[in-house]
Amino acid sequence: MAKKKDRGTPEVNAGSMADIAFLLLIFFLVTTTIDTDKGIAIRLPPMPEPNQQDNNIKLKERNVLKVLVNAADQLLVDGQPMSIKELKKTAKEFIDNPMKDPTKAESPLKAVISLKNDRGTSYNLYIQVHNELKAAYNELREAKAQNDYGKSMEKLPEAQQEEIRNYYRQVISEAEPEDLGGGN
Amino acid sequence: MKLEKKKKPTPAISTSALPDIVFMLLFFFMVTTVMRQTDLKVKVVVPQATEIQKLEKKSLVSYIYIGAPSDNYKAKFGTAPRVQLNDAFATPKQVPEFIEKERAARSEAEVPFLTTSIKADRDAKMGIVTDVKQELRKVNALKLNYSSSKRSEVY
Repeated sequence: MAKKKDRGTPEVNAGSMADIAFLLLIFFLVTTTIDTDKGIAIRLPPMPEPNQQDNNIKLKERNVLKVLVNAADQLLVDGQPMSIKELKKTAKEFIDNPMKDPTKAESPLKAVISLKNDRGTSYNLYIQVHNELKAAYNELREAKAQNDYGKSMEKLPEAQQEEIRNYYRQVISEAEPEDLGGGN
Repeated sequence: MKLEKKKKPTPAISTSALPDIVFMLLFFFMVTTVMRQTDLKVKVVVPQATEIQKLEKKSLVSYIYIGAPSDNYKAKFGTAPRVQLNDAFATPKQVPEFIEKERAARSEAEVPFLTTSIKADRDAKMGIVTDVKQELRKVNALKLNYSSSKRSEVY
């Protein structure tokens, strides 16, 4: 009896603490989603007013790059069938027009890319087309930043970034949806 | 001397610091975690792209999911891609209502910065996406983001 009193309060066994903590940890590991949301940002054109007259501004043929995508996921760029791999190069040449080709845009500011897709076009290809067009603009901007300031876009101050963005202003006009056919 | 040393048993590794380490990890995950708010009823594998941007403020983003119903719902809803808003299947016609609700839940100052993120499956057709886009234009929700994952190779 006397011996027992000498022992004092026994220490709490903390051996299972780790197990409990692990259990909680695994729970949070499973439920967690560290998916930073990323994607292609675009701005939709506002809906035309119902009583608005047809205000299709006549654009010069040479200033418009027509990109059509049909239901079979085939591309037609200014009347020429094309693979998605060539689109960026074509778009860059069209916008910048370094050779002053009379069939391409007069100046980057006047260049308009008109995108038209079918209801049967796959979403994946649509995104790829948007991606390639955006890539074309981004590469042109980057080239101009390097050329004018000797720096990449990200390192330039905001005002100069804005200037370059306005020089190569991305104008993608998406046609009102309609059926182009060419698939099921 | 030598003999004595050999007789000593190897001491057990002290594990008393283990709970501390694990708790540290636990707190890290507790802080960084964002619980999935809606459970997905559609299968979405977003397309891949190279020119992607991060969405800035998560609280200002409303999500629209488009994809084929997942296996549990196949029997009831078929396999054609559908729209999911919040927790329920919907039609593109319900998008304006959804956007209005999202707007009502935020303060007025935040409304112009609201972004809609379309998380559509790469196998979906543009028809349904176009319908959703048209509905968004009707309610003047013009800031749009096509959710995509990073692709490293460039064409």
